[in-house]
Amino acid sequence: MKEYQTISEISGPLVFAEVDEPIGYDEIVEIETPEGETKRGQVLESSEGVVAIQVFEGTTGIDKNASVRFLGETMKMPVTEDLLGRVLDGSGQPIDGGPDIVPDERHDIVGAAINPYSREYPEEFIQTGVSAVDGMNTLVRGQKLPIFSGSGLPHNDLALQVARQATVPEEADDEDGGSEFAVIFGAMGITAEEANEFMDDFERTGALERSVVFMNLADDPAVERTVTPRMALTTAEYLAFEKDYHVLVILTDMTNYCEALREIGAAREEVPGRRGYPGYMYTDLAQLYERAGRIKGREGSVTQIPILTMPGDDDTHPIPDLTGYITEGQIMMDRDLNSQGVQPPVNVLPSLSRLMDDGIGEGLTREDHADVSDQMYAAYAEGEDLRDLVNIVGREALSDLDNKYLDFADRFEDEFVDQGYDTNRTIEETLEIGWDLLSMLPKDELNRVDEELIEAHYREEETEEVAAD
Amino acid sequence: MSQTQESVREDGIIASVSGPVVTARDLDARMNDVVYVGDEGLMGEVIEIEGDITTIQVYEETSGVGPGEPVENTGDPLTVDLGPGLLDTIYDGVQRPLDVLETKMGSPYLDRGVDAPGIELEKEWEFDPTVEVGDVVEPGDVVGVVEETVTIDLKVMVPPDFEGGEVDSVESGSFTVTEPVVTLDNGEEITMRQEWPVREARPSATKKTPRKPLVSGQRILDGLFPIAKGGTAAIPGPFGSGKTVTQHSLAKFADADIIVYVGCGERGNEMTEVIDDFPELEDPSTGNPLMARTSLIANTSNMPVAARESCVYTGITIAEFYRDMGYDVALMADSTSRWAEAMREISSRLEEMPGEEGYPAYLSARLSEFYERAGAFENINGTEGSISAIGAVSPPGGDFSEPVTQNTLRIVKTFWALDADLAERRHFPAINWNESYSLYKEQLDPWFQENVDDDWPVERQWAVDVLDEEGELQEIVQLVGKDALPEDQQLTLEVASYLKEAYLQQNAFNPNDMYCPPEKTFAMLTTIHHFNDEAFKALEAGVPVEEIISIDAAPRLNRIAVQDDWKEFIAELEADIQEQLRELY
Repeated sequence: MKEYQTISEISGPLVFAEVDEPIGYDEIVEIETPEGETKRGQVLESSEGVVAIQVFEGTTGIDKNASVRFLGETMKMPVTEDLLGRVLDGSGQPIDGGPDIVPDERHDIVGAAINPYSREYPEEFIQTGVSAVDGMNTLVRGQKLPIFSGSGLPHNDLALQVARQATVPEEADDEDGGSEFAVIFGAMGITAEEANEFMDDFERTGALERSVVFMNLADDPAVERTVTPRMALTTAEYLAFEKDYHVLVILTDMTNYCEALREIGAAREEVPGRRGYPGYMYTDLAQLYERAGRIKGREGSVTQIPILTMPGDDDTHPIPDLTGYITEGQIMMDRDLNSQGVQPPVNVLPSLSRLMDDGIGEGLTREDHADVSDQMYAAYAEGEDLRDLVNIVGREALSDLDNKYLDFADRFEDEFVDQGYDTNRTIEETLEIGWDLLSMLPKDELNRVDEELIEAHYREEETEEVAAD
Repeated sequence: MSQTQESVREDGIIASVSGPVVTARDLDARMNDVVYVGDEGLMGEVIEIEGDITTIQVYEETSGVGPGEPVENTGDPLTVDLGPGLLDTIYDGVQRPLDVLETKMGSPYLDRGVDAPGIELEKEWEFDPTVEVGDVVEPGDVVGVVEETVTIDLKVMVPPDFEGGEVDSVESGSFTVTEPVVTLDNGEEITMRQEWPVREARPSATKKTPRKPLVSGQRILDGLFPIAKGGTAAIPGPFGSGKTVTQHSLAKFADADIIVYVGCGERGNEMTEVIDDFPELEDPSTGNPLMARTSLIANTSNMPVAARESCVYTGITIAEFYRDMGYDVALMADSTSRWAEAMREISSRLEEMPGEEGYPAYLSARLSEFYERAGAFENINGTEGSISAIGAVSPPGGDFSEPVTQNTLRIVKTFWALDADLAERRHFPAINWNESYSLYKEQLDPWFQENVDDDWPVERQWAVDVLDEEGELQEIVQLVGKDALPEDQQLTLEVASYLKEAYLQQNAFNPNDMYCPPEKTFAMLTTIHHFNDEAFKALEAGVPVEEIISIDAAPRLNRIAVQDDWKEFIAELEADIQEQLRELY
């Protein structure tokens, strides 16, 4: 391994060094500052004679006399089952004071694409205990379902609730409980306070034992954020596909990750795409999100819940936009619902789970699930529309039926969505609440529900009660 | 991919690596030659030559590749293998069969530097000749038939770049795709396999005006915005609006002979769904498994970006091969935006001067080149075949004014605009009936009149008028409420709501509703029209609108689509509507 003292340019997070041997693209680099501090980086561009290096820990303290060592390999994550229960920093070094990690294997963090032919289609229902998710936007094993949130909204509470409560109902009844469940938590640029919130919850509920935590805090180097999710996902793939765990990966906050990408792009003087984000951001994000899934013949699964805060609550901003095109739906947090005190403030209308249709129904959840959810969507959308009208003409000017839809929308928010962060509802409970609400409407209006299901579940007395109001 | 030709050109060495773009020194290559890059032999294509520096886009991940490693030139442009075995197979963007890759790599992950021929070279196919010794054949002529799948007979043709001549010898029986089955007097040997460069359109005699519809079994498409066999269509929509579900429905039910489905930069699980579902599903026209008429190309979003750029070309070249045999081919590309973004990504790494929103200036030219390869053709062998191209577009933020949507709209003649609002209220397919259009309507009407009903265009116009009027009335309703409208307008709103709920919506997951034949599409529309006429008669006779709209029979309009026996159901329903409404006056 050769050492060079040939740095020719330092710019933002980038260092350019002259070399006299070929250096591989993506190779890992160690830079030792004159003060003896060692920083790690990665080769971004390699040409004869000169390489561009992106430094993870920031370029502060590096000068032209710093020495550069090329390690001759691309970035690897040491993986072992013993990682469970450990807390690591954003580049995979333990920060919990525990023993050194003795890896079973070292895996390339970039990760290869899963052959679509080798994938197994995800269709196992995960019960999160949250009605707005289970009932309306069902999560299945191997799905990537992000939470689209905004600054100041309680996305972390929802993510924690899901991490705490997620089970697969039929396996919970099983004697051996099926495969084991693990949580990988990848934090990118979150504040120390938020980090504490997560850690406290993990410790309080004992979840830490079955978790691996990667922490890149807000004051950690931004560039390090580009490797944190890759470390987390490499660990997740190892646990899922080699050790048979069902892994839930929570990545927060993807917005910070994308900011880091933009920072590197700017430092390299690349031609920027929309709003200054690099043109390859779609590909880059896809290489993270697509690492969720199931593989034929393997027990485990990787389910992803990335969290992102939409700048200005704008879902057409490049970060949520590109994410939405890759992920299999989204859970949308809503500022108005939050100020009304709805917990969790999930707005089901713009939310979506693309894999829902295959994960629900007879034998999976319940035969009426799809119809109930469709009907509630339509009814809630109708109620929402009417609210605008009420503001103009008042309730009295509306027909009886319209008033029922308005009541439906109110009760839907108060009873169905607002359940609090500590309530864990089974899918049966969720659907029964759904029927309680749907029974406020006349039978004729339930045109998305099969007639037989209406007969079986419709609450006759509810109608009279409402009509008597 | 194949490398049958010996390398004749000079090899070079890598000068620099930046993501998928590699430059090489001293490489003697032509534009678009396929090269093997580095010690691992990663596949790439020459995209720029400047002095002694050659720029290459690499179809595989380049981590760890460094300057000084060798670059080997094949001397051939990027080609696809054409022959039996294309159907019922799933390929990546450069036509490597994914099942073969899985076996070769021994892992569920896509490794690097593994090559596999596009069609199996060892497998033997039963060749049944249609020419005899002494016959004279020209390029494009059919010399024999191979039963490729239960549905499709592959026709073995004289390759378009052959000279043709008198047949010297003919074989019959089992052969591999590389063994000659027919030889000509000028020494040309015809095998079941041909190669064709992907970026070059296969020749045809003439392009004609398409006159037959591509019946999709989707009411809103067949009924309001039909596409022709040989037509082009774009489906733009924001995420979650159902582009992929619509594309899947088309791939399942469209009455084409051959389906080529290109998953370009989309989700892995979606492709898996197709791989899992299609072998199980029945082709509605033949009853055979759907895969027997389908070729899949999957380049998911996390697979190398350069292969994403090439996958639509791979797809359309396969489509042209079957068109040459006289088949009607439908090609779905999901999504062309990812293809455009791949162009943008490569272009920005080449530091080309960007056009609008960073896309290269040649975006529009590339898009029109692609869609122009679709059409209704007379082939060089005298048969008629067609390629219908349907491209999904994923505009950022659902904004249709962005370059890919706009450039696509300038070319295609059918526009199915997906709408986030409709999707939010679970109105599927979420195709906006006010914004969408089809320029094929008039030229397809004669077919519908002949094969379905003479009144087809009249009924369609009635539906369009009602929906238009509803759109205007809704604006007023937003201000003053429904009850403030005059009674006839309230009734129009009611009729329009049945059009929307019963007719325009279609459940892609309900076995009775997922495919709607044109007869049923027409019958459902006339039933709603019947309700409309009876209801207005009642209104004229002085019946209050509340009574008209609350008859028992009316909500049953919403249930026609899912009935096992829709004909009987409609007959009863029409009678009940008439009876119940006439009772009121």
